[in-house]
Amino acid sequence: MDIVDVSRWQFGITTVYHFIFVPLTIGLAPLIAIMQTAWVVTGKEHWYRLTKFFGKLFLINFAIGVATGIVQEFQFGMNWSEYSRFIGDIFGAPLALEGLIAFFMESTFIGLWIFGWTRLPKLVHLATIWIVAFGVNASAYFIVAANSFMQHPVGARYNPETERAELESIWALLTNNTTLAAFPHVVAGAFLTAGTFVAGIAGWWMVRNARSGDPAKLEDARVMWRPVARLSLVVVALAGVAVIFTGDIQGKLMFEQQPMKMASAESLCHTQTDPDFSILTVGTHNNCDSVTHVLEVPYVLPYLAEGQFTGVTLDGVVDLQQTYNVEYGPGDYRPNLFVTYWSFRAMIGLAAGSVLLLLAGFWVTRGGRVPDQRWFSWLSLLAIPTPFLANSAGWVFTEMGRQPWAVVPNPTGDPNIRMTVQQAVSDHAPATVVFSLAVFTLLYGALAVVWFYLIRRYTVAGPDEPTRPTADDGPDGPDGKHRKSEEPAVEQLSFAY
Amino acid sequence: MDLQQFWFVLIGVLFTGYFVLEGFDFGVGMLMPILGKGSDTRRRVVLNTIGPVWDANEVWLITAGGAMFAAFPEWYASMFSGFYLALLLLLVALILRICAIEYRAKINDPKWRAWCDIGIGIGSWIPALAWGWVFANLVRGVPLNSDRQMVGSVWDLLSPYALLGGLATGILFALHGAVFLVLKTGGEVRVDAQRIVRLLLVPTAVIVGGFGVWTQLAYGAGWTWAVLGTAVLGLVLAGAANAAGRDGWAFVGTTLTVISATALIVGSMYPNVLPSTISPLYDLNIYNASSTPYTLKVMSWAALLATPVVLVYQGWTYWVFRQRLTVEQIPAPTGLPLISKD
Repeated sequence: MDIVDVSRWQFGITTVYHFIFVPLTIGLAPLIAIMQTAWVVTGKEHWYRLTKFFGKLFLINFAIGVATGIVQEFQFGMNWSEYSRFIGDIFGAPLALEGLIAFFMESTFIGLWIFGWTRLPKLVHLATIWIVAFGVNASAYFIVAANSFMQHPVGARYNPETERAELESIWALLTNNTTLAAFPHVVAGAFLTAGTFVAGIAGWWMVRNARSGDPAKLEDARVMWRPVARLSLVVVALAGVAVIFTGDIQGKLMFEQQPMKMASAESLCHTQTDPDFSILTVGTHNNCDSVTHVLEVPYVLPYLAEGQFTGVTLDGVVDLQQTYNVEYGPGDYRPNLFVTYWSFRAMIGLAAGSVLLLLAGFWVTRGGRVPDQRWFSWLSLLAIPTPFLANSAGWVFTEMGRQPWAVVPNPTGDPNIRMTVQQAVSDHAPATVVFSLAVFTLLYGALAVVWFYLIRRYTVAGPDEPTRPTADDGPDGPDGKHRKSEEPAVEQLSFAY
Repeated sequence: MDLQQFWFVLIGVLFTGYFVLEGFDFGVGMLMPILGKGSDTRRRVVLNTIGPVWDANEVWLITAGGAMFAAFPEWYASMFSGFYLALLLLLVALILRICAIEYRAKINDPKWRAWCDIGIGIGSWIPALAWGWVFANLVRGVPLNSDRQMVGSVWDLLSPYALLGGLATGILFALHGAVFLVLKTGGEVRVDAQRIVRLLLVPTAVIVGGFGVWTQLAYGAGWTWAVLGTAVLGLVLAGAANAAGRDGWAFVGTTLTVISATALIVGSMYPNVLPSTISPLYDLNIYNASSTPYTLKVMSWAALLATPVVLVYQGWTYWVFRQRLTVEQIPAPTGLPLISKD
């Protein structure tokens, strides 16, 4: 097997795996912060139970997100050392900033949040989860800024003496138009994921409690699950609008800055004025001309590309290939057309799962109703994985659409700042990388089973009983100075591994 | 001091922070099966001494890696591609440890916990041994060719000096963890931890001292005699304070040793970051491996502004959770049974 292929598979598998857990963390942290705030403000016990319940799921997910993230920090140097040499001057900065500003913050304050329930004053403890929520989003910003440099390098110059790209302006790097479009898109996708996750679980529990025939459980459904379901559906609605809006901005940027990616996404082989938007095609995609467009809609594509319905000329894959051959020397500059075409459609199409849950959820809970329809419970469960899959499809499209480049040449930037994956890869024996690929895949596979098992078990177990007293919020000293008189001499930890 | 020197020192500081903080985390993980023998509650006392802080301690490594990438990309690229299998082993160990610590209490079942304890053990023993071995190789030099690629076989990395380095960090972190446990626990666990400290002191002094003297004689600079001295002083302090029941001072002692040992290693490398055993012409040093002055300047501002804040809030976390832990404070297991009743 070719070293580039194995290394690409490894990066793809480990990154897609990491990004199963990441969006849930990014979106769920603020949602839990909101739930805890609701508890602190209203004093209503069910918000406390919800905070604890989703908090457990959050931590199960957070752990595996951290574990898989460490690999990514090292993998650039391990498998893509030539790439790391070429752009380290630029790419390293956002990575170091991410560690310094975001990772320290989230990892320290998550520890305070987990163990601080009875050790910190209530408001300080509430602040810790908000800081975690801020930290996880800040880390997303820095890493998206790093990735956006690969898609659209800015703020850099090429030094012919060292043959390296050098950072010229950190400000230009951090305000790359690609970053400013991709970051909100990624965060909106994360909120969509977490909103759907919470709404799906709440929906399933509502139906389950309503059908149990137990009046106490029905009360839980009415008082606890219905409000959190509607809250998370509002998040889904807002995130959905944000996803569409930011996706549109991103698409317009890509038509301008990465025309090959968008031409592939549309299976647009030849340059054309006012092409139709393709919904369904058949054919062996990697032979461009064999593609038959089955279903097409007019006006959509010109609007997506430039914001007007007619008078738009878009470059085709074949023509771009010829242009690039002249500009960058002979080579194949086409991404995998099949993957780019279908991942783009999967990303958009899979969002329908969240939309369905959104519409059905608001309908069945209208006017104080508690749903007991079995179909709604099924819909709630089936909707949960759809945004996860849409996130993966979106990243697969973004990353495989930039192939064969590791650093895509910026059409209005320094053309010397470009690198193909062929040039970027480390000089290892393929067997070495095949071995690490096997190790990571097997380990990750086993951990995914454990993760799913735990998430499922804790979801089905539900929140702790309402009779459980809410945590004491008073601070205490090692010698029990502030301890209330009726409490035992040795106070147990509120949480212990 | 120029920017390259500043960043060399800063990365040294980040690794020092990592070794001081994760040093006792690894030690705690290494000693958990010994100190907790026969009692799950005791194992939980041991594990929970690092409960709220181990995750943030680990970030020192991530940030050190990011800082290497940003400040010395050639070092990052050559070292990380060169130590390929070592890093793979380290990553597997760290992944297992993270998941094992977090998932241990989630299921209330002896077999589940036993598997998690294996994960914690692997995830603590392997890095504790591997880091010294990796850093000893950085001091000693690796077969680096004119393309800045590490060539040769894995046997080049298995010199007696490098293996002794691994042994040295392994036992030093175990001692550091034991001293930390004496400081952070009460009752029977503390008494047993004190016994382990006494047991480990002399072998640690021999192995770490031997490695230190070898490093100093073969690779050291003039001033590193001083840090070798403080390393020894730290061990003496740890031993004396442990005997006197002054737990805080004992911890200061091993911390001093870890700091001094890191300073000795890093100081012996300077100005190289990856010396070549093939030819001194191929050495990577802080000048031919560094980023541009602009990148270093920007990153210096970020580091100078952010690091003090990080130190303050991490320090505060340790203050919040400063209480000693005893078996009485460990709550009953709250995990779900292994097999669902639904």
